[in-house]
Amino acid sequence: MRQDLRHTNLPKDGLMIVKLRQLKPFDKDAADDLVRQGHGLHPDDRYLKPGRIPHIWCPGCGLGVVLTTFIDALRRKNLPVDKCAVVSGIGCTGRVAGYLDMDTYHTTHGRAIPFATGLALARPDIHVTVFSGDGDLFAIGGNHLIHAARRNVNLKVICVNNFNYGMTGGQVAPTTPMGAKTTTTPLGNAEPGFNLPYLARASGAVYVARWTTFHPRQLAHSIAQTFDKKGFTFIEAIAPCPTGYGRPNKLGAGLDEMRYYREMSEIKNGADPAEAAITLKGKIVVGAFVDVERPDFMQNYTDTILAKAQPKAKTAGEGRAA
Amino acid sequence: MPEKDVLTGEHFIHGDAACAEGGLAAGCRFFAGYPITPATEVAERMARRLPEVGGVYIQMEDEIASMAAILGASWGGLKSMTSTSGPGFSLMMENIGLGMMTETPCVVVNIMRGGPSTGLPTLVGQADVMQARWGSHGDYGCIALSPASPQECFDLTVEAFNLAEIYRQPVFLLGDEVIGHMTEKVVIPPRDQLKIVPRRSPTVPKEEYLPFDTTGDLPAPMAVVGQGYHVHVTGLTHDERGYPVITDEVQERNVRHLVDKIRKNAQKIIKVESVGIEDAEVVVVAYGCTSRVARQAVEDLRESGYRVGLLRLITLWPFPSTLVRELSSRVRAFIVPEINYGQMAYEVERATGRNAEVVLMALMGGAMHTPEEIKETVGEFL
Repeated sequence: MRQDLRHTNLPKDGLMIVKLRQLKPFDKDAADDLVRQGHGLHPDDRYLKPGRIPHIWCPGCGLGVVLTTFIDALRRKNLPVDKCAVVSGIGCTGRVAGYLDMDTYHTTHGRAIPFATGLALARPDIHVTVFSGDGDLFAIGGNHLIHAARRNVNLKVICVNNFNYGMTGGQVAPTTPMGAKTTTTPLGNAEPGFNLPYLARASGAVYVARWTTFHPRQLAHSIAQTFDKKGFTFIEAIAPCPTGYGRPNKLGAGLDEMRYYREMSEIKNGADPAEAAITLKGKIVVGAFVDVERPDFMQNYTDTILAKAQPKAKTAGEGRAA
Repeated sequence: MPEKDVLTGEHFIHGDAACAEGGLAAGCRFFAGYPITPATEVAERMARRLPEVGGVYIQMEDEIASMAAILGASWGGLKSMTSTSGPGFSLMMENIGLGMMTETPCVVVNIMRGGPSTGLPTLVGQADVMQARWGSHGDYGCIALSPASPQECFDLTVEAFNLAEIYRQPVFLLGDEVIGHMTEKVVIPPRDQLKIVPRRSPTVPKEEYLPFDTTGDLPAPMAVVGQGYHVHVTGLTHDERGYPVITDEVQERNVRHLVDKIRKNAQKIIKVESVGIEDAEVVVVAYGCTSRVARQAVEDLRESGYRVGLLRLITLWPFPSTLVRELSSRVRAFIVPEINYGQMAYEVERATGRNAEVVLMALMGGAMHTPEEIKETVGEFL
């Protein structure tokens, strides 16, 4: 009896006996074998983490398109993946990070931006992209977004907007248009949704664009453009969610939502984001709205704070060397 | 400017400043925080000092963001820290959990004030001890150090950074308002006399690297951003590669590892200071500012010939259960003065079993015990 208990990892500092189930150790060879079977067949596989596909997204979901356009943008810019990192929050879009073969960080709900802020300030040479959903970035994470935009932290934010909380089964979001039905607004939404580009611009973003998944080339082009920008950039990618948002609002399957984007989108590059509000079944203004220059956080920090703090230190160092 | 990070010499500074200096000496190059009494002075010192050593100081929009930012900076390859007090500590709990789950080294300084809620912003408390242990949801191991002087604020912040690197997790420095605002002599040793644990990077090829290995008693080395290892870091239950796997099997390995890396190394981590516990009939168990009055009481009583001991907890977590259990077989009573309505006292009681009496001397906050009160309580058991 006593003998058996010795195999149960008795805690050395504990006072009680702890009984644990037998552990099944991680089988790395089996995991590697699974990876080897399917990985490398698709041209995009060099950008995808081995063994992570198939993804978890529903049929008709727009996330695959957005992920593909992101890879397309990386390819266009010929960026080495070791110089890129993706940070995501929680939700369907939060899963994007886990599929990309680079350094990826899947954080807590709403906190992708502050996590990415730390990452980007620690390594200003790395392209840090934040990939998250409308609920994550604008409800629970709204405060972080406006402050990162104000500071002009060097972050590329891609917000996949599907107008609802998809992962939890289609609840109302801060982007859900007035009148739209969700599982928590069964009688229609009594609140207006945010106009995301307008909010991002007002908060200080230096690049703001909106496209739908019907515009993959324009979207890829916009994402590629942000890789040349220093500072806080914001791209809204409107994506179908036939399971969570399409069904209750009778928008049809994913393809029907794409048709809706084709018919209702109006390309207006350079448009005032204030004019880009979205209504239920109304027109969707898309385009690259804002592209301005302003020193980013790190530049301001280096030019002002570090420059003031370090001359003395520099003199001291030189003195010692001499 | 590395020569400015270790201010070797004698200083007359408060505990908060000493925490900042300890961080800098340990190699901290990123601080994110939010103003809060009585921890603001840590941030103020960092705001002035970090730029001098080429580090980054940023005041975030709240404590949630501060905690998230130091995790991000840690994955960016910098040693990072934040400081706060009770209300901010509550906000940090979410991303402290992320730090535990993703095994991210960093240091969180909590200069405790009276709670709950806004409580006593300017006055002392010690009531966040259990929150430090259990505050974020789910199971994980916890390391919390408790300084009893500005000197220890320096020493233990260095130690906290070292433990954070060894065990790859957020480590708490649980100070209190009295120690944080107390000004005393602090001696910062020469650089070569400081023991600093550097960040461990993997040396194996990418294919062999398991960033969240669970097989050893210690975590794997950490591949930070840009090293080419393409690590996926997630707060979801994950396997040794970092891939999310939502099964009971992987959960067993993942969570057990997070708890066991501290449990199995507890005897290496635990630090206590004792006075006269070898012959003591009554032992006072205290920490932080309370241990200073407890020491006075114990020394006075010993001078008068009484067999009284002091067990000062330097690590609150892990708690020295085995030591207290051993003592309990020959000690009549443990007296636990603390500035809360019973937190470490419960831990002492748990370790003691029914072997000895445990007396909680509770103060709700805003005041300290007096040596006389402690002597009086001890006297009841002599």
